[in-house]
Amino acid sequence: MAKAGPAGLCAAIELKKAGAPVILMDENGAPGGQLFKQIHKFFGSREHKAGIRGFDIGKELLAESIALGIDVRLDTEVVGIERGLKLWAVEKKARSYTEEAAAIVLATGATENALSFPGWTLPGVMTAGCAQTLINVHRVLPGKRVLMIGSGNVGVIVSYQLMQAGAEVVAVLEALPRLGGYGVHTAKVRRAGVPLRCSTTILRAEGKESVERAVIARLDERFQPIPGSEETLEVDTICLAVGLTPAIELSCIAGCSQIYVPELGGNMPIHDEFMRSSVDSVYVVGDLAGIEEASTAMEEGRLAGIHAAHAMGYLDEASMSAKAEETRRRLSALRQGAFGQKRFDAKRRILEKKAAV
Amino acid sequence: MSSNDYLKTMGAPSFDELERAGMLPSLADLAGRGCVCVECVEEIPCNPCETSCPQGALVVGYPITNLPVVDRSKCTLCGLCIAACPGLAITIKSVEAGNAKIRFPWEYLPLPAAGDEVEMVDRLGEAVCAGKILSVNSAAKNNRTAVVTAAFPAAFVQQVASIRRKRHGTV
Amino acid sequence: MTNEGGNRIERHPILGDASPRKEITLYFEGRAIFAREGEPIMAALVAAGVSVFRYTKKGAPRRMFCGIGRCTDCVMIVDGIPGVRTCVTTAADGMKVERQAGAGRWIVEEENSNG
Ligand SMILES: Cc1cc2nc3c(=O)[nH]c(=O)nc-3n(C[C@H](O)[C@H](O)[C@H](O)COP(=O)(O)OP(=O)(O)OC[C@H]3O[C@@H](n4cnc5c(N)ncnc54)[C@H](O)[C@@H]3O)c2cc1C
Ligand code: SF4
Ligand code: SF4
Ligand code: FES
Repeated sequence: MAKAGPAGLCAAIELKKAGAPVILMDENGAPGGQLFKQIHKFFGSREHKAGIRGFDIGKELLAESIALGIDVRLDTEVVGIERGLKLWAVEKKARSYTEEAAAIVLATGATENALSFPGWTLPGVMTAGCAQTLINVHRVLPGKRVLMIGSGNVGVIVSYQLMQAGAEVVAVLEALPRLGGYGVHTAKVRRAGVPLRCSTTILRAEGKESVERAVIARLDERFQPIPGSEETLEVDTICLAVGLTPAIELSCIAGCSQIYVPELGGNMPIHDEFMRSSVDSVYVVGDLAGIEEASTAMEEGRLAGIHAAHAMGYLDEASMSAKAEETRRRLSALRQGAFGQKRFDAKRRILEKKAAV
Repeated sequence: MSSNDYLKTMGAPSFDELERAGMLPSLADLAGRGCVCVECVEEIPCNPCETSCPQGALVVGYPITNLPVVDRSKCTLCGLCIAACPGLAITIKSVEAGNAKIRFPWEYLPLPAAGDEVEMVDRLGEAVCAGKILSVNSAAKNNRTAVVTAAFPAAFVQQVASIRRKRHGTV
Repeated sequence: MTNEGGNRIERHPILGDASPRKEITLYFEGRAIFAREGEPIMAALVAAGVSVFRYTKKGAPRRMFCGIGRCTDCVMIVDGIPGVRTCVTTAADGMKVERQAGAGRWIVEEENSNG
């Protein structure tokens, strides 16, 4: 049993390949989670599907799960998990039923953080993910002149995609003194003429019925706006890319112990090297188990799928270890370098906490 | 470890930062047939440039967070790595008889067309000189990243990074 | 060109040209607007340039925020039912979509009690 972002899909695929019966439940009308919004080529190496665009990876995974005959239940929200791995699901907001599982893989993803400032509820202020969904999935432009708040990879990637969709990005603001996203992503946006402004944030959004302008200001070392540095930008859209928080609700209901790891997005369920949570036979993978990237999420999903298949008797010890080792090698390849090290260290803290429990 | 202060505040690398990463070609490298310019100075987990190169001229190795290194003696300037790089960080530049050329990746509409007069921009998106589009390659194997070639005056060869994107409604 | 006047992205460098999809009609505050079969109500409203989806009890305008069914910013009265999240509700031909004020009202009920 799983839930269907890229991590959930990969877990289900590994389980089914081993011969285990799998049900994939997703509250959305289409599986694939965030992948279908991501129209850029992925990083990583060939085994991580690098160079392939996110939505193409999504299509591949979907085709694979269909070919394998996985029981995919869309428009199905899992609202509760009781002891004994009894899952309570609601289909199309109308019919509710329970389903008993031998193992549950939770891959509920993450929620985008909001940022409050005067005017943040005005029409025209939205999360970067909302804008990304509108332009890349629904093919409509939420506005013509956009201000992006946050320079992490999400902020710069969505800025680039807004320009590809035909909008202007007026600026990308970053409260910290340094830009967060990969240099190659910021460089793309910068050479398109978009100013990337560090130590700068939004003070307020103004407009009668919707956003007409944004007032921004520079920040001092203590993150206080510097008087006199205010500027007004004419924009009709303000996108917030100020981080993600693991969507832990279901894992809490299931009784998984949590840990606070700020580098990975806040509270998240602890897990071991096979992605097992503190609750027997409940696995946690993807952004739920710490905010990283789609590529790491997919590998974590595979790891959980491989182990769950073994635990249920569909994979012998030797093939399980071999496959798990292979997956871990791919995962660690993604967690190196200056960017990866931080996440690697944070992940190790989660493992240590699990070992201590 | 270099801190890449310019890259991390301006968004694009400075000449110094490129130089330090061994990624700023000399004028001698650019002369004649020219060379591949890879501008990827951070240790990110990525290597499609390496796997796309049929000559083994572009090497990342293991771990994949190593910085890419070009062996110019092996490179045939085929340009396959330009569209393969998800960071759009690779171009090919050359200088011959006072004229410079750049082959660069392009993922916006409108797609330029051969013969178009364009504005060449630097890494910060500032216009530096006029240029002319020589060719546009949108081969299917590039997976929707076009590879565009433009010519411009040789004096600007180190600055030029791309062309100005046409603004909405000004096409 | 990309998007003549409207907010539809007809041409896209990566996604390609929009594939023709059946057009259906929604009624936003009684006004007919086009939607493309299969898209959520939110997308049709954004395409039609609707910038206010509802007003809060205090009269503050709201549109959409998360786009994936989490925040309830985008709720409207759809075919008489208030509180429907328009970002995750697929548009259907002939659907009536109204702005709601505060928690909204059941349009059918209202008509009954008035009548
Ligand atoms: C919609 C969406 C799209 C995604 N796209 C991809 C993808 O394309 N590829 C992929 O591999 N993964 C993707 N993911 C997963 C995601 O990339 C990772 O989980 C990622 O590491 C999260 O980084 P971030 O940029 O969101 O947040 P962060 O890296 O935390 O960036 C937020 C930035 O905002 C800044 N900030 C905070 N407050 C303010 C303020 N008041 N003013 C100014 N700046 C502020 C912060 O300092 C920080 O730099 C996506 C997830 C979602 C939900
Ligand atoms: S231009 Fe061709 S040969 Fe040269 S590095 Fe790129 S892919 Fe390799
Ligand atoms: S493919 Fe591009 S972004 Fe990735 S390592 Fe090579 S040059 Fe850098
Ligand atoms: S926009 Fe958030 S629920 Fe619809």
